[in-house]
Amino acid sequence: MSEEQTEEKIKKIMFIMQKAPHGTIYPYEGLEFILITGAYEQDITLLFVGDGILALLKNQDTSELGIKGFVKTYRTLEGYDIEKLYVDKTSLDERGLTSDDLIVDVDVIDSNEANRLMNEQEAIFPF
Amino acid sequence: MLHTINKSPFSSSSLDTALRFIKDGESVLLLEDGVYAAMAGTTYEKIILELAEKSSVFAISADVKARGIEKLIPGVEIADYGKFVDLVSANIVNTWL
Repeated sequence: MSEEQTEEKIKKIMFIMQKAPHGTIYPYEGLEFILITGAYEQDITLLFVGDGILALLKNQDTSELGIKGFVKTYRTLEGYDIEKLYVDKTSLDERGLTSDDLIVDVDVIDSNEANRLMNEQEAIFPF
Repeated sequence: MLHTINKSPFSSSSLDTALRFIKDGESVLLLEDGVYAAMAGTTYEKIILELAEKSSVFAISADVKARGIEKLIPGVEIADYGKFVDLVSANIVNTWL
């Protein structure tokens, strides 16, 4: 496939992460989907909303749960050129958190800015 | 943009969260347990009334009937599955979990 054909296929895709990390399979499955999509060099934006931001908390230790944990995987996103990570400010405030509590660098935005980003997308996937 | 909500607002914060991100003029579709938000007389009535003034709010007919909801909040439109398909094909869909 030529470079031009590849260029044509790039889509703007947003993933809206909404679930806490270990209560459901959503965040883990979502992260897998993001990495696969990243391998196809799509224009990816991640938005963390509600309990979704809890998946980014530092100091998660799942060893006593007997599962591997996936929070460190978020640090590898940069390697897939996935660098647009946004966090909803109200969700942070509600949970008494700041961006310093999170394992990756994020931009903290309000819901108006989030809506603007949503409206730029060609597809939105919830996790 | 079409925002879909399938959880009861009384057991999940998904509607409350979604409301912060819905811009005037965008569409909202309530389905499955999400239709409880469209039931008249609840603490969500005022919120849904205000939402329906600025946005199009739909509730899936089959889900409303299945739950025995007789009175919907004014402004909420009943949608059948055909309308659901029309909405999904005409909009970017934003699903609130």
